[in-house]
Amino acid sequence: MPKINLRESISEISKPRSMPKINLRESISEISKAWNYDVTDRTLCNSFAKAGFFFESTTQQIPKLEEFDRPQFPGSQSRWTEKLEFVRGDIYDGIPVYRVMNRDGNIIDPSHDPKLSQEMITKLYKGMTLLNTMDRILYESQRQGRISFYMTSFGEEGTHFGSSAALDPQDMIYGQYREAGVLMYRGFTLDQFVNQCYGNKNDIAKGRQMPVHYGIKALNFVSISSPLATQMPQAVGSAYALKRSQTGLCVICYFGEGASSEGDAHAALNFAATLSCPIIFFCRNNGYAISTPTHEQYKGDGIAARGPAYGIPSIRVDGNDILAVYNVTKAARQLAVEESKPVLIEAMTYRIGHHSTSDDSSAYRSVDEVRFWHQKDHPISRLRKYMENQKWWDEAKEKAWKEETKKQVMQTVVKAEKLKRAPLDEMLKDVYDEMPPLLKEQLDAIKAHVEQYHEHYPVDNYEKA
Amino acid sequence: MALKQLKNATFFRRLTSFERASFLKSRAQFKLSYRLSHFTYVPDTVSASDGETARMNLFQAVTNALDLALGTDPSAVIFGEDVSFGGVFRCTVGLQDKYGRDRVFNSPLCEQGIVGFGIGMAIAGATPIAEIQFADYIFPAFDQIVNEASKLRFRSGNEFNCGGLTIRAPYGAVGHGALYHSQSPEAFFAHVPGIKVVIPRGPLQAKGLLLSCIRDKNPCIFFEPKILYRMAVEQVPLKDYELPLSKAEILTEGDDVTVIGWGTQVHVLREVCQLAQDKLNISCELIDLVTILPWDKETVINSVKKTGRLLVAHEAPLTGGFGAEIAATVQNECFLNLEAPIQRVTGHDAPFPHIYEPFFIPSKWRCFDAIKKLINF
Repeated sequence: MPKINLRESISEISKPRSMPKINLRESISEISKAWNYDVTDRTLCNSFAKAGFFFESTTQQIPKLEEFDRPQFPGSQSRWTEKLEFVRGDIYDGIPVYRVMNRDGNIIDPSHDPKLSQEMITKLYKGMTLLNTMDRILYESQRQGRISFYMTSFGEEGTHFGSSAALDPQDMIYGQYREAGVLMYRGFTLDQFVNQCYGNKNDIAKGRQMPVHYGIKALNFVSISSPLATQMPQAVGSAYALKRSQTGLCVICYFGEGASSEGDAHAALNFAATLSCPIIFFCRNNGYAISTPTHEQYKGDGIAARGPAYGIPSIRVDGNDILAVYNVTKAARQLAVEESKPVLIEAMTYRIGHHSTSDDSSAYRSVDEVRFWHQKDHPISRLRKYMENQKWWDEAKEKAWKEETKKQVMQTVVKAEKLKRAPLDEMLKDVYDEMPPLLKEQLDAIKAHVEQYHEHYPVDNYEKA
Repeated sequence: MALKQLKNATFFRRLTSFERASFLKSRAQFKLSYRLSHFTYVPDTVSASDGETARMNLFQAVTNALDLALGTDPSAVIFGEDVSFGGVFRCTVGLQDKYGRDRVFNSPLCEQGIVGFGIGMAIAGATPIAEIQFADYIFPAFDQIVNEASKLRFRSGNEFNCGGLTIRAPYGAVGHGALYHSQSPEAFFAHVPGIKVVIPRGPLQAKGLLLSCIRDKNPCIFFEPKILYRMAVEQVPLKDYELPLSKAEILTEGDDVTVIGWGTQVHVLREVCQLAQDKLNISCELIDLVTILPWDKETVINSVKKTGRLLVAHEAPLTGGFGAEIAATVQNECFLNLEAPIQRVTGHDAPFPHIYEPFFIPSKWRCFDAIKKLINF
């Protein structure tokens, strides 16, 4: 009979030994296969834990059991409290509005001056004013019945140019509809803007959408659609794809404070945070959604305050201060790309123009209110003051540039008006990648019909196929 | 195989215990047989040229297709509610382990977010495969599907598209799913130019059609009849293959009546055709429509021109159901060939009920009766 060395056996048992490695997922699928029984990670975790096995969960952080002084609930990480206290939205002053220069165009804290070159500042100023001129002329065109619809960007030019200047030209842009300046900064030409509004044959989208629904692949600006906030979760999906392709690019997604009330806004913020997507959410809070003032839109501290609730770094900026918008977007971009995280920017501004050409805003707000923003706190005049302070701009230059932009836009409009519309065939193309037989039949039918009844249709306005 | 034996064993054990209580015998047996299904699944046969095959049920065929899609396209990703651990219907089992967390992942519980996110991925050039847990819960994403996914290519002048997007969703009656685990929403989507809507009838089709949807250059909705997930078992080729979209399939040729269905209903109709043959000596031509949008008008019309009679059956309600579209088109194209009014046997114009399901669905006896009407008109 072999002699048992008790001391040895004990030491053998008490030696720390690593547990056999268990492949959790294999065990799950084996059990599932054998018993046709669905076992989740969690139930398996629990049963293993009961049996005295400890292992690192691959899917979620389960609180360490020894931390008894903290709540163990998987849904939150916080402390116990014995005070019965509701967290209220009115306990603090609101997220402050970041600004770089005051209304006189003076830099407040020199360390925050982005020190953009004269050339760059002039480009931004010229862009903002060109957009302003285009808005005025196309607004008038609509009043005269030359185009069916228009939406101006009056008062929000600073948010467009300040943010787009801080982006990489390859970053993807998703907009709502009041971001023409972003597209203009990217290089969308006056011709392209005006052709879209006129829906002529040179319009990229063949005149299928209402005016101001721009979009162009070459400039990474995704086509605008009318339904509000739908672009938000889409932008998150694109950001996820960019993250996977490791291009070092991000997505910026613009939307108004009204659109933020849509369910899609909630979806987007939550998906972006949980899936760690490099995206900048850029909210233009201009005080109104058509006629609805913000106090009927939300009761919290604007949009920026929602970000932290989703786990999103958030900031509020003076949207009429182009340098502040630039700084904030630049920092947001860096955060988004380097940490692969979403960022939320709320740019505070004021919608000086009517909501659209179908709206008369004097029906729901005072002219004095509008006048205040137009005269006392306008992004264009503030940048002009900054430029004048630097001796980069003066009245003569202003006058010449105004004439120049007017001439440019007028010429473009005249040219666009003369162009015919795309051929009728375009009405049923691009529904699918290839035209299905059923649609082909319908196209043939409408063409035959129009040929027979051509005098009742505006056929001469359209190119022949 | 072992799985099936196990299942059968349990079933018989239960049956025996019920038999012991002889006063309950007939009722209990009816209940059991009803619960099992309202149809008999007849496996599809593979041809010798299809190469190596394996026995798969429908959820395994879906997994197999998803596996191949991820394997052949590095930009393809799968996401939705609870897909990481394998999905509530086991369709994504093992895929996260094989392809990693960034390619197979859970999303927050938000359908409009899932579809919007998928559209965005597709716009960026990736191949998103989104899962909606039940077709009943696709409606929060209706806006993203109808206003966004379907119209993107058109509205942008083909500058952008989300053709890479596929949305999968379990679909149809399941015996006890009641209002929100039974719906067949295909007709809502049939009214949406720009998307494709596809419904397979078994594992072999599911694999080939799903791969086609994933690789098609248009956004596709792929409805998986969930009652077939475990019940439908057949030999499925292991190779990577695609089946054509917008192509109806003639399953049995016949001369007297054309019978059209899709998804589970095809199997109900298969039995109906056999009943008609056995009891009425009627020869039915059975067509699986396969693709709801854009649908294969030609195959249907050619068949009705031959038979002169048409029965369309679907689980969804009658009014505004896709049967109406087929009936109106056939009436227009085959007016001179029709010898009886087109019959539609469908769910009723009510929400899908729990305990009344046997009376609600277009059962084989309701379909059989419609064939009698067609013949005796």
